[in-house]
Amino acid sequence: MKQVQAKILKNKEIAKGFYRMRIASSYLAGYSRPGQFVEVRCSQETDPLLRRPFGIHRVIDAGIELLYEVVGRGTDALSQKKPGETLDIIGPLGNGFDLGLATCARQRPAILVAGGNGVAPLFFLAEELKRKSIKIHVLIGGRSKGHILCEKEFKKLGAKAVITTDDGSKGLKGLVTNPLLTALSAAASRPSVIYACGPTGMLKAVSRLAYSSGVPCQVSLEEHMACGVGVCLGCPVKVKTDSRYKMVCKDGPVFDAGEIIW
Amino acid sequence: MVDLSVNIGRLKLKNPVMTASGTFGPEYGELFDVNALGAVVLKTITLEARVGNPPPRIAETFSGMLNSIGLENKGLDDFIKNKLPKVKGIKAPIVVSIAGNNEREYALLAKRLSAVAKISALEINLSCPNVRHGTLAGLIAQDPDVTGRIVRAVRSSTRLPLIAKLTPNVTDISVIAASAEKAGADAVLLVNTFPAMAVDIETKKPKLGNITGGLSGPAIKPIALKMVWDVYNKVDIPIIGSGGIINYKDAIEFMLCGATAVQIGTAVFTDPRTPGCVIKDIRRYLEHAGYRRIKDIIGGLKA
Ligand SMILES: Cc1cc2nc3c(=O)[nH]c(=O)nc-3n(C[C@H](O)[C@H](O)[C@H](O)COP(=O)(O)OP(=O)(O)OC[C@H]3O[C@@H](n4cnc5c(N)ncnc54)[C@H](O)[C@@H]3O)c2cc1C
Ligand SMILES: Cc1cc2nc3c(=O)[nH]c(=O)nc-3n(C[C@H](O)[C@H](O)[C@H](O)COP(=O)(O)O)c2cc1C
Ligand code: FES
Repeated sequence: MKQVQAKILKNKEIAKGFYRMRIASSYLAGYSRPGQFVEVRCSQETDPLLRRPFGIHRVIDAGIELLYEVVGRGTDALSQKKPGETLDIIGPLGNGFDLGLATCARQRPAILVAGGNGVAPLFFLAEELKRKSIKIHVLIGGRSKGHILCEKEFKKLGAKAVITTDDGSKGLKGLVTNPLLTALSAAASRPSVIYACGPTGMLKAVSRLAYSSGVPCQVSLEEHMACGVGVCLGCPVKVKTDSRYKMVCKDGPVFDAGEIIW
Repeated sequence: MVDLSVNIGRLKLKNPVMTASGTFGPEYGELFDVNALGAVVLKTITLEARVGNPPPRIAETFSGMLNSIGLENKGLDDFIKNKLPKVKGIKAPIVVSIAGNNEREYALLAKRLSAVAKISALEINLSCPNVRHGTLAGLIAQDPDVTGRIVRAVRSSTRLPLIAKLTPNVTDISVIAASAEKAGADAVLLVNTFPAMAVDIETKKPKLGNITGGLSGPAIKPIALKMVWDVYNKVDIPIIGSGGIINYKDAIEFMLCGATAVQIGTAVFTDPRTPGCVIKDIRRYLEHAGYRRIKDIIGGLKA
């Protein structure tokens, strides 16, 4: 991990309320792994005071990309930034996904389950899986049409993509766990592993399905953060071990689904 | 070159800037030069492990943050075995913060830690919201007598310099500070976080899992500063100022009001470079103003 002052190359609204930001940093490009995140200082003022965590969405030659949703003051300030400005970033942070779970059963596909902006870190994961010649199924769920991101990009990677929306404005109507259930019951092409990122309710449902079908499952969790590096003990998640809590920033954000007390 | 050194009892600091308990860990060694600091203070430890409070433990407020960590730590034995070795390489003095459920526990912690190498001082956390002490339900440092009793118990168990960390949640903090001084504290540290809360109006739920927490950051600075000023005229031992310091100007304000040293907490989360910048900028400020020793500005408020 390092604190870098990196130049913003692009910051573009790709769907209403969702931005993709490209940041120049050969350090971050060199050291980031799928599932890791960065802590971004969204404003030089004392409000918002704390950094904001964002998953690494993509690594390119010159740096990294973030994909973020404007939900409050921090992300709003971030969306105002212009190319050429510098951004104060600490990263890469956290553990990242275990790619070994996919590579040990190479002929079977890995399933990526994304809810809302949870699609952000899964795209980086998909690129790495493709590099290892692993088949990818991606299930993307969102509130409605405007909340479905990156479908084209995943398809370009050769991934099989299924879309669900709560209101049926795009893809299948209903929860993203419906096509997951279908995929898990297709014995012939059962996935080797499930990687998921999205709202807690969705992750809980995904991990229950994974458990009942015996497929390993990794989830990327969110918790409010202050330090992002494991110092403040501000981002606990309940786990089944003696210690009761692990820290999302340092021990995660990626956890084996079976480890979490949902 | 300006002389930045200050003394906290027998604890000698090469400059007056320390990190605050709960906001520093060896992880930061990767991000800033820890050895440049006057001292580092480690997170409060207790005799037995503590699980801490349920999430969310952090909420942001206007120019401040709330935390309700609840002193999560793995206890004294784990600290000595696993935590201390990780900070052994730090050349800056290491201060260990302790909290107990009663006098006996405080004394025992002090005694055990005195036998451990590499510890330069103890900080007595008298402002932890989760501690029982007899009939009182509140914080130790809300009661001058209990404060005195605990400090005395620790004093008689160790030769290490002692810093008594007080809560701002009192009617007159100078009474408590005087009690800590009388009981043998080498310094008082003002102040810990302010009891506070925040509410989400959509869910109608508190923003912290523990409902209430402690407020820190720039929002509390003016109140913390006044407490330092209030105490400066009442005690003779050094005061360490803490609360909302984000740059050298804040640090100098605290020192003019009577603080011998300062601690920086929340600002490290915002920017890990803060302590280093504060040290550098204090030096520049003093040089510019023609001072040879930082000691000459302590309590220099023209009031
Ligand atoms: C490891 C990790 C990776 C993330 N990756 C992405 C991503 O790639 N794209 C994306 O759009 N969002 C991501 N998020 C969520 C993102 O951090 C929050 O949406 C953002 O912090 C909200 O900030 P705000 O100031 O706009 O909102 P506000 O509501 O004003 O924030 C107030 C406070 O709550 C905290 N907070 C609010 N929501 C969250 C949350 N969901 N998680 C953590 N802290 C929160 C903020 O840090 C801040 O302290 C990620 C979160 C985590 C923990
Ligand atoms: C996340 C967090 C954890 C803290 N943990 C402790 C602790 O364990 N012991 C203690 O004495 N103070 C603790 N504090 C209080 C700080 O040491 C400091 O006194 C307070 O935050 C005010 O300073 P600041 O405004 O510079 O942060 C904690 C503060 C924060 C924000
Ligand atoms: S955010 Fe500080 S420990 Fe995780």
